[in-house]
Parts: sequence; structure tokens; C-alpha cells
Amino acid sequence: MSEKRHVLQVENATMQFGGVVAVNNLTMEVNEGEIVALIGPNGAGKTTAFNVITGVYQPTNGRVSFYEKPMVCNHPRGKMEKLYKGQNPKMYVHEHTLAPTPDHITKLGIARTFQNIRLWKSMTVFENVIIAKHMRAKHNIFSSTFRVSRKEEIRMREETEALLREQGLWRVKDDLATSLPYGLQRRLEIARALATDPKLLLLDEPAAGMNPQETLELASFIHDIRDKYKLTILLIEHHMDLVMNISDRIYVLDFGSLIAHGIPSEIQANQHVIDAYLGVVEDE
Amino acid sequence: MGKKLTARKAPEQKIGSLVAILCIIALYIFLFCLDNVLPASNGNVQMLITVLKKGAIYALVCVSMNLLNGFTGLFSLGQAGFMLIGAYAYAIFAIPADQHSAVYQYFDGGAIQFSIPEVLGNVLGKNGGAFLGALICIIIAGCVAAIFAALIGIPVLRLKSDYLAIATLGFAEIIRAVFQWNGLGKITNGSNLLRKYTNFNDIQIQVGGTIFKLGTIFPFFIATLSILIIVLLVTSSYGRAFKSIRDDEVAAEAMGVNLFKHKMLSFVISSFFAGVGGALLAMFQTTVQAAPFRSSMTYEILLMVVIGGIGSITGSVIASFLYISASEWWLRFLDSGGVTLFHTHFNIPFFRDGFRKVVFSVVIMVIVLFFSRGIMGDKELSFAGMIRRLRGKKAVPAAEGEEDAQ
Repeated sequence: MSEKRHVLQVENATMQFGGVVAVNNLTMEVNEGEIVALIGPNGAGKTTAFNVITGVYQPTNGRVSFYEKPMVCNHPRGKMEKLYKGQNPKMYVHEHTLAPTPDHITKLGIARTFQNIRLWKSMTVFENVIIAKHMRAKHNIFSSTFRVSRKEEIRMREETEALLREQGLWRVKDDLATSLPYGLQRRLEIARALATDPKLLLLDEPAAGMNPQETLELASFIHDIRDKYKLTILLIEHHMDLVMNISDRIYVLDFGSLIAHGIPSEIQANQHVIDAYLGVVEDE
Repeated sequence: MGKKLTARKAPEQKIGSLVAILCIIALYIFLFCLDNVLPASNGNVQMLITVLKKGAIYALVCVSMNLLNGFTGLFSLGQAGFMLIGAYAYAIFAIPADQHSAVYQYFDGGAIQFSIPEVLGNVLGKNGGAFLGALICIIIAGCVAAIFAALIGIPVLRLKSDYLAIATLGFAEIIRAVFQWNGLGKITNGSNLLRKYTNFNDIQIQVGGTIFKLGTIFPFFIATLSILIIVLLVTSSYGRAFKSIRDDEVAAEAMGVNLFKHKMLSFVISSFFAGVGGALLAMFQTTVQAAPFRSSMTYEILLMVVIGGIGSITGSVIASFLYISASEWWLRFLDSGGVTLFHTHFNIPFFRDGFRKVVFSVVIMVIVLFFSRGIMGDKELSFAGMIRRLRGKKAVPAAEGEEDAQ
């Protein structure tokens, strides 16, 4: 595992909103081909960490690298200089500030799903997936409008069809995305993320609202897409069975800080993690 | 797999597009007859011509607003401002050189001393020059509006929903004030009228010794062409990206749609066609003045878009023709002091000036109450869909074919 490349490196990432430190000095790395889980109690800052990686938020401090190339970088500036409560405030002062928008990051090869499904409501399953192909298509607004780049459109349609067939969504392709049952909506969201040709897939609670049977299927599904599309996967999840079952490594967040990381068996035995999840007596 | 996709058009769709094309041809023949065969002195014919011209212009403007508000989800209220820019840009370049001293009488004949229709007229003859010159001036009008849109889009498109509406509304009002400013008088003629430029009545062709008027066909031609381009855009990959922004901005951005670029494109294109609509309105009115391009004009357009259905192009077209017909024609009798039925005149005391507007408001309220999502919702009226429905198959929403005008 050690000779494999780092797909994602998060270094000293701190996200502070006003006086609230949502993510505190998070350092983690994801290697090529791994399935890594990010877990923690509610409000631990997992989704905020995702939003920092995908460019929705610019971190207050810290750096995120993708394939060992800095992608996001910031240090406390302006008002935050005084307010900053995190660690290492001077660490990235001499580096370039990098703040790409989420679409740039997606273009680099990081795709995500959302905790509360965010499909495009008024559009069909097919349209939901083909829009994710828009970014990589070689056309401009004139060639697209006047159908000069018809080949490109046909290619997009073919790729979408292939993807939908693989994901078992082809028979519902003309249905409105929101008319699908919950499990299929989750699957559609993953298919839509796959349509952007990602190298790293971020799944935000993919098993939320699923029954045990569906959760079991999801585990093998995640393994399948990892192998099929040569992906690296980082996921947030609350179902401990699923997490312990599929992850190669686990990071545990509590109140924004990393409290443990390691392979599943280590995490299961870790006293800090047990305390975080079950509460400690002296907290009373 | 690929072959099936390329030749995917269903038979209904083919028949549907054929019927649509035939209908448009029939419409054009009818318009030609209206101009040249039917007696122009007849009041009803005149009214029909007026309503059709104005309806076509408003249909174009409504569709352009729908592109922004309905398809991209940007709630902008700057339409009247861009129409104003278009109308002025058109008029300024279309006033004949020898009329400048008369039009710009307070501003020493103005700064621009040529007219594109006239310059072209020297080469192509009077009729050819008027047609091509008007066409070029209309394109210039669209481009000037688009340039203004690009400039104000940079700061304004960072705003969302209501704030964007307020900012664009403010822009439209500022533009109106600036165009009336005497300091720009050499170009805009201050708050005075621009007139004597090429209008619909100048658009005609001469075959042998007879002159055929094309005054009603011309606005339809421009509007059909523009709406067709917007339909092509909306059904293209970019159109889908616009819709994804409307449905969920966060998801669109996360799936690689560059929000700023796409919003800007939509804003600029919408403004381009608003400018074209403004140029046509200038031709229709034969005079241009900044004063009538108030925010109430934007609201009128917005009303048509809402009545037609936000996100439906055919809805906008239908609604604008209905709206213009009702306000200009069908409800006129309400202002006339009474009704004439069976050759007897009934005097009705409350049928006097302004009552039309009261009834009109009630009609609009009823429409909005019973069709809360507009006449068409976000569906399109298409012949393919009709054929499918007649055959009893389940109608597929948002079919591609579209019916133009009426």
C-alpha cells in the first residue's frame, strides 16, 4: 500500500465560521484505490470537511492537495487573522492562496454526492446524468446551439446510455428524478457523480435512510464501482456495519478534531472513539 | 447502440415537425394576404395587423425573459432597460442622413451622420437597403444590449433571487434616466423623440410594377428566427446546464457547471434578444422615447411569462398574443361607453375610460387563480404531443417539437 500514490492529502485544514471552529487542524490522506471512511458523531464536522475538499468552503487555514499537487490553500487573512483559534496560523502564509470553485475541482476529478439528495427535480433520470457530461464535452455555446457539434452530443448520449445501463437505471431513464424510490435516487446520484469521470469519489452518507438489505447491497455496489471505474473512495457514513465492512482505513472526527485513525479493527478497539460515540461519564 | 440513438426520432415527432412547418408557412401566407389582399381601410383588419405585429414583438421579448427567468432561474427585471437600449441603438443607426437636422433639432443635427439602410440603399436599391439595413440595425441593437448586459452582469450576477431582481430593476431605471440626459443629446436626442427612421411600412418588395408590403411578415420573421434560436439553445447541452442551475445551483456547481459563465451566457443572450425586441418595438411605434420603457413594461412582460408558464416557450408565445389581443382589441369596447348588440346601442354608465383595465385585472386574477402555474406550466405545446394524445398514448412531457405563434 505504501508505494501507492496519495490521491488526496488534507493538511492542517481548519474551517472556522466566526468564532466556531467546525473543522480543527484536520490532516488526512487517501491513497489510490482505497476506500476510506470519515466517521464521527453528529455535528463532528464531517460534511464541512467534504465541503472544504470540494471547494464549497474555502478553509480558514490549511492545504488540500490532489495527486500531490496543491489544489486548495489558505491561511487566516483579514478579519480571521485576529479571530483565528486554530493551530499553525503562520504555516501557509508564504504559499499561494488557492480557492478554486467547486466546478474546477470537479473538473480536476473529484466528484461528490450529497447528504440530502440533490438531484435536479424537474429533469428526467437521463437528463440528470447527461448534464454531468456537459463539463467535459468539447463544444461551445454556438456549436452546441446550432448543432455543429452533433457528434459530441451523440457521444454524450451514448456514454450516458452506457452508464445508465451499467447502473440499472436505463428502464427508468424517462422518469422524473424525484419520482424514483429513495434507494434509486441515491444510486442515480452516484451515477451522476460517475458521469463526471472522477478519480476520487466522495460519498456523503450513501446509506442514509436505507434498510439493512439495501445497505448490504450498497457495500458490494461501492466495491464494484471502485474496481470498475478505478476509483478511490472517501465516504462519510453512520452505519457502522457498512463502514467496518468496506473501509480500508477510517478517520474519526469529534468536535471538528481528528481523534483517531487506522484500520477498522483498531478503530473498534479505540477508547477515544468509544467515548465519543457513547459519551464519557465525566461529561455529565 | 449509437445508430438507434441517432435515428431516435419517433414517427409522431416527424409528423409533428412537419405539421408545425406547414402551420408556419400557412401563417406567413395569411400574413402576406393580410398586408396585400385584404382591404387596409377595414378597421378590423387594421386592428388585427396591429395586434399581430405587437404580439410577435412581445412574444420574442417574453421568450427572451423566459430564457433567463424560466430556464436559468435568474429572477431579473431589467428587460425594459435592454429593450430601451435596443430601440435606441436601432433608431440611431436608421435615421436617414437628411433627416438628422430635423430630428436632432436641439442638438445641431446629432453626432452620427449616416444611416445604414440608406448606405445600403445606394447599393441595393431602396427596398433592398431598407430590408437589409433594418436587419443589420436590429443585429446592432441586439449586440449593444448584449454588451451592456455583459458589463453589468459582472457585478450583478453574483447576487441571488430578489437581490438580483432589485439590482437589474435599478439598472433599467438608471439607463432610462441616462438616455434622457441632455449631455448625451447628440446621440440620444435627450428626452426628445427619435423618429423618421426605417419602420415596418418601409419593408416591401417590388415585383415588376407592383409593390408588396411585408410590414407584418417582417416582425414575424425576426421573432420566429429568434425564438427558433432560443429553442435550439434551450434543447442543447447548454440549455440543460441552464436548467440544472435553475433546479439546484449547488448540485450544478458540484457537477462541473461553471455558474458564473453559464449565468453570464444566459443573461447576455437574453439581453441580446430583448434588444432585438426593443428594435422591433421601435419600428412598430415609428418613434422612440425613453419615457415609456418603465418598470411597468417589465412587469407587463413578466405577467405574460407567468400567465404562459415559467419555463414554457410556447406558453410565453401564446400568452403574449392573448394578452396583447385582449388589452388592445377584445376588451376595447369596455372603454367605449356602451355596447352595440343587434343594431341597438346600450348605454352602460360604467363602460368608460379605464374600465377595460379593471376587467383585465380581474381576468388576470382568475387566470392566475385557476392556472397557478400558467397556461402551459413548464410543458411545451407540440404537434407531436397532440398526435400522441390523440392516439391515446401517454404524453411525454417537454417534447422537443414546438409550435410557433398562435
